[in-house]
Amino acid sequence: MTAMDAQHEQHDIDRRRPHLPLALVNARLVDPASGLDAFGGLLIENGVIADLGMHIMEGSVEGAESLDCGGRTVAPGLIDMMVFCGEPGHEHRETLATASRAAAAGGVTTICCMPNTDPVIDDVALVDFILRRARDTALVHVHPMAAMTRDLKGEEMAEIGLLRDAGAVAFTNGKTSVASARLMRNVLSYANDYGALVVHHLEDDSLTQDGVMNEGEVATRLGLRGIPTAAETIMLERDIRLVELTGARYHAGQISCRASLEVIRAAKARGLPVTCGVSVNHLTLNENDIGSYRTFFKMKPPLRTEDDRQAMVEGVSRGDIDVIVSAHDPRGAEGKRRPFAEANDGAVGLETLLSAALRLYHNGEVSLHRLLDAVSSRPAELLGLSGGRLAKGATADLVLIDLEMPWKVEPERLRSKSKNTPFDEARFEGRALVTFVAGRPVYHYG
Amino acid sequence: MPAQTGLIQCPLMSIAAEALPAPFPHRHLLGIEGLSSSEITALLDLSEEAAKRGRQVDKKRDDLRGRTLINLFFEASTRTQSSFELAGKRLGADVMNMSIPTSSIKKGETLIDTAVTLNAMRPDLLVVRHHAAGAVELLSQKVDCSVINAGDGSHEHPTQALLDALTIRRHKNRIEGLIVAICGDILHSRVARSNILLLNALGARVRVVAPSTLLGAAVDRLGVEVYTSMHEGLKDADIVMMLRLQRERMVSSLIPSQREYFHFYGLDYDKLARAKPDALIMHPGPMNRGVEIDSNVADDARSVIREQVEMGVAVRIAVLQALAQHLPNQ
Repeated sequence: MTAMDAQHEQHDIDRRRPHLPLALVNARLVDPASGLDAFGGLLIENGVIADLGMHIMEGSVEGAESLDCGGRTVAPGLIDMMVFCGEPGHEHRETLATASRAAAAGGVTTICCMPNTDPVIDDVALVDFILRRARDTALVHVHPMAAMTRDLKGEEMAEIGLLRDAGAVAFTNGKTSVASARLMRNVLSYANDYGALVVHHLEDDSLTQDGVMNEGEVATRLGLRGIPTAAETIMLERDIRLVELTGARYHAGQISCRASLEVIRAAKARGLPVTCGVSVNHLTLNENDIGSYRTFFKMKPPLRTEDDRQAMVEGVSRGDIDVIVSAHDPRGAEGKRRPFAEANDGAVGLETLLSAALRLYHNGEVSLHRLLDAVSSRPAELLGLSGGRLAKGATADLVLIDLEMPWKVEPERLRSKSKNTPFDEARFEGRALVTFVAGRPVYHYG
Repeated sequence: MPAQTGLIQCPLMSIAAEALPAPFPHRHLLGIEGLSSSEITALLDLSEEAAKRGRQVDKKRDDLRGRTLINLFFEASTRTQSSFELAGKRLGADVMNMSIPTSSIKKGETLIDTAVTLNAMRPDLLVVRHHAAGAVELLSQKVDCSVINAGDGSHEHPTQALLDALTIRRHKNRIEGLIVAICGDILHSRVARSNILLLNALGARVRVVAPSTLLGAAVDRLGVEVYTSMHEGLKDADIVMMLRLQRERMVSSLIPSQREYFHFYGLDYDKLARAKPDALIMHPGPMNRGVEIDSNVADDARSVIREQVEMGVAVRIAVLQALAQHLPNQ
């Protein structure tokens, strides 16, 4: 990326322009953190929520502009805990700037970018780079997660203390599990001294081997090598023993099957500091969607059975699964237009996260509060971020949502540089209309 | 351990009792564990005298005239071995140094065989350092002479703890009630274990400060306050005792890097400011400047690191004197 491109990408918003106070009026205010669900208004001043409630109406605040929400929902901006971004190293797939525009269009106001970059984010200088590039080019808040082992190799511990001081919000081994239980123990133990959250990918490599999709009937019919759910569950169970040993805060980045959900439930019941996430893909799609080798449905963990998907939905609904992520993973045609077994894993998702998740709400499977909690308040809580709530004094990271608006995903119109969406041509109900980051509108629908 | 025939049972007992306020009841010195506080205090008092003599022109005594002291070191050492050698010589003993690098043990001889062989040479005192915890005690069961533990694995290093206590006492005139922060690689440190035992026996408040990966399981059960933050652990400390960090700890991923370790656990002026203004800075040596201790801090006026070396000789003289009481006379 050249400096010129960077300047060009900065066009969307002029951060220096002073803003008048803005009142969002005639809105349904939904705050999962406090349980608030009421009609009223919300006043944005100097980037924070200055006031909210019934008394904020059109013209009630002197000198403020007002935006009539027409009874639509105002909620905390979404916080996506798992975004793979190409910067640095794979800018042809995605930059922080393009990912942030996709995020803004999806109502996402904070993204956590994963350290699977080139070079890997395992050094203070890289954390600093991400934060500076985000400041200069991104529309939304960007928080780097740093590698917990050097170069993500799973061999030596990374500088967790220094990285955390530099601004890494959590530590992860990206798309691989740390195979060595001893190293994982050391990492958990050491991270715990700094109160750092460890986010782990769950996959026993020796069991996955050359598997490319969920193991079972569909894989057998398609003649594709399977990945058993045990590859995920074994790693999760091991990790939970290590959490027990170290007392560290542990988050399973994505679970994908009923068996893992049961392990998580048991761990929580024992009072362990264990949480987990699920991708919106695993809540809305299953292995049958692969159909005739559609590589846009190839991901890790793989899409599982319908029973597993239902378990995931139930897990979110009951709060056993804490957060929903997009697992946004931009891949170009060079990685996806290949035979299924050879194609890259991953799907973009920032722009469709909210709408896809709303399917669960419209189906009556998950309450609106729990759904929004899983994409805003809960991630904020886990990461220690200030956003994710509608409260006086909180940063005005907000999304105005039309819960009912029908729309169709047209891949070529996605803001992400890569168009590998499994929701190609999908029809959704509900989407972000306006997105505010620190009080500034960064996205308007239409 | 029952005392063998020695000075305390001979007609000269009254003379000996003058030199030794409390007769030392042990034949070996295998660890601080098992020593009473009065025995520790007696050894420190005796060391104090040895320290005085060490600053005189004539440093010699003949407590060990005709005796043989063997330094048996299975692990490399500079200061411990040389100070035992000097201590033995100042008491008139014949001193032999045997350094047995691990490679030559590979010839097949077991530790016990080595002990039996050495025993046949009829030494009176055996000073042993070994890389395995418990090895010195095992050896002591197979020989007829007095055995002094000069460090066994990550277990104990009693003379180091005694010399640390002596150094502290000379500056603070007491041990009881002092806050002592032992910082660094607690997990692998025999110095830490011996110090914890000794300082607790004498009524100090002992803290350990280290990343969790270098603390060891259930370390709080040793009677210490546990901290993972230097800023908290050093607060109001009277004594700041730094431990050596070994590079192997990074390779085995107990800590990420030297620079991170120094940033969070290295003793610099910023962290030292949390301790009492007259806190003593100690280090058992050899130091890694810039890893566990800032170079300027190591040379600060409050640093007693060089004095620790001097007291090392005095303490080892005292220990040899105390054990000499139990050497058979016929």
